[in-house]
Amino acid sequence: MRKLFLSHTTEFVLFAVIIAMSIVLAFTTDRFFTLGNGFDLLNISAVNIIFAVGLLVVLISGGIDISFAVAASIVQYVTALALERIGGGGWLSGLLIAACIGILLGVINAFLIHRFRIISIVATIATFNVYFGLLMFFTKGVSIYNLPDWLTSRVIIYEREMADGSWAEITLPVVVMAVCTLATWFFVTRTTTGRQLYAFGDNPEGARRFGINIGAMQFIAFGWLGLMAGIAGLMQAHYAQEVVPNALYGRELDVLAAVVLGGARLGGGKGSVLGCVLGVLLVSITQNGLNLMGVSPFAFKMIVGAIILVAITLSSARIGNLVPVFATRKSTGDRPADRGESR
Amino acid sequence: MNTLAARFNAIFGADMAGPLAALAAVLIVFGVASPHFLTSATFGSVAFQLPELGILTLAMLMPILTGGLNLAITFTANIAGLTLAWTLQANGGIDAGPGAFLLGSALALAVGAASGLVMGLVIAFTRAHPILVSLSMMIFLRGLGEFLTRGGDISGFPAFIAPIGHGSMLGIPVPLLILIACVIASHILLSRSKLGFSTYMIGSNIESARYSGINTRKVLVLVYMLSGVMAAVAGIIMLARFNSVRVGHGESYLLITVLACFLGGINPFGGFGRVLPVFVALIVLQLLSSGLNLLGANQHLTTAVWGILLIVVMVLRWLSAKFIRIVR
Repeated sequence: MRKLFLSHTTEFVLFAVIIAMSIVLAFTTDRFFTLGNGFDLLNISAVNIIFAVGLLVVLISGGIDISFAVAASIVQYVTALALERIGGGGWLSGLLIAACIGILLGVINAFLIHRFRIISIVATIATFNVYFGLLMFFTKGVSIYNLPDWLTSRVIIYEREMADGSWAEITLPVVVMAVCTLATWFFVTRTTTGRQLYAFGDNPEGARRFGINIGAMQFIAFGWLGLMAGIAGLMQAHYAQEVVPNALYGRELDVLAAVVLGGARLGGGKGSVLGCVLGVLLVSITQNGLNLMGVSPFAFKMIVGAIILVAITLSSARIGNLVPVFATRKSTGDRPADRGESR
Repeated sequence: MNTLAARFNAIFGADMAGPLAALAAVLIVFGVASPHFLTSATFGSVAFQLPELGILTLAMLMPILTGGLNLAITFTANIAGLTLAWTLQANGGIDAGPGAFLLGSALALAVGAASGLVMGLVIAFTRAHPILVSLSMMIFLRGLGEFLTRGGDISGFPAFIAPIGHGSMLGIPVPLLILIACVIASHILLSRSKLGFSTYMIGSNIESARYSGINTRKVLVLVYMLSGVMAAVAGIIMLARFNSVRVGHGESYLLITVLACFLGGINPFGGFGRVLPVFVALIVLQLLSSGLNLLGANQHLTTAVWGILLIVVMVLRWLSAKFIRIVR
């Protein structure tokens, strides 16, 4: 048990915080602890979790990506135009088009990073500006509202009428989110390529000498994020029932904060799908709880920011100093502090 | 040829070649493309647009030199601007006197320093990643600003503030003078002071800096505080330029300041880079923007071209490194 705790400290701490918050919210608000609210939380978080698991793969491989949310905006727009051109299409063609464009945009990043040895944060800040600038230039900021019916109508996977007559629903984005999460989990923990990504992120030179194909790693990591960004973009269009070119602008930093809150390390080699999902959920639950407690929506961001700041401070400070029980063991290598000055 | 290069390096520094070449290229290309480009109107508009972005870039520069990043600069500027705006409003709004302005500016700088102080302390003492710390500070400040203003804007300032944003002194725009003062101050601080030396040391290797007796924690805290103060200066200028404060003003500058630093040859991992090439890179960006504007392109296309410029510069750097290897 102790070994499990030490190897998954972040996940346990996040889980404990989520449980504690849920208990408090269950007693202080009368709606938090209902099936309907739980499902709402999942529906709202679905798109961010899809983004998050994609970004996680890039972070594991030692890179960072700023451009994925803008790439998803491009995917939304181009997919909507393409679907109009082919006369409607369906879920299969929609997902296929979105995935292909997403992967393409991710591969462009990987190409710049690998071929020209540009550091990933520089390359993706550049592509962020290029993608967003060109998107706004060509679309002139005009939104698309006449999406195909299959894309905008809510797909309800599971529903149940509650005692008060309201409906608790799980919608399509949640199922897609579950598939993406499981696929990413399987990919990074159960395949050789996934293990190689961890090795590459932890020590690129070591991985190279070990015979891992560095170029392939970059293309796979950024391609995977592109794929997830494409799917998330389509799901966002489905959820919002419209395509607004700058709707996802700024989302990248929120997702990044949530993913790193979930234990992924900027610098590579660390991070788990579970922690990443918990990180996004923690932020969502905080917002949801504040909402139910009647706190002004204007204060949400402030409180969320403060919580993330405190969480980072606590999780980066030596846990041994705070909880003496764990001070004897030195093997808690999953904290950024132990990496020393990787930045 | 070699002596020529050596002489250039001796005068300007090796990292100046790229930005100066880009400056020459922009001047020549747009000078040929548009007859209106090489006129005082272009340089006048550049001189007025440059300062906000320029000062924010200086605020980004020092943390990057330590190997970090300060993603909170734009919202620090907003909050500092709000502080000044409230001080003015509390002292009579449009009728507020210069005393209120000085008090408000001092409070604004203090707010900027406080935001930097918190980030610096967390980064220095917990060694959490600066991207993350400044990111959460950014989310917090954005929320704080939205909470306090309810998303609205504050305007109605005394008339004597307008010259800070629009006035000229001896034919030079006042905001440009402030920017130049900030550039000189940053340059002297980084190249002549002990703090500057320590900043470079920390950026290249924080552990060895610590072993050689530098108080790395103190330096990191000071660097982030100075970054916050510089962002607050930008906030004050933005207040004077727009004659209003609003949370989110200048938000789009955030990633462009990083872009400008990298264009100016700053090493993303810290430790290497100077202020002056960054200043030249900023001029290149603004000239590019004005030139494209003259040719009829809009702001968004300019953003895209800035991104492409960064990629081109990085590719050229890669090519030149490769070329040097082959020649040797």
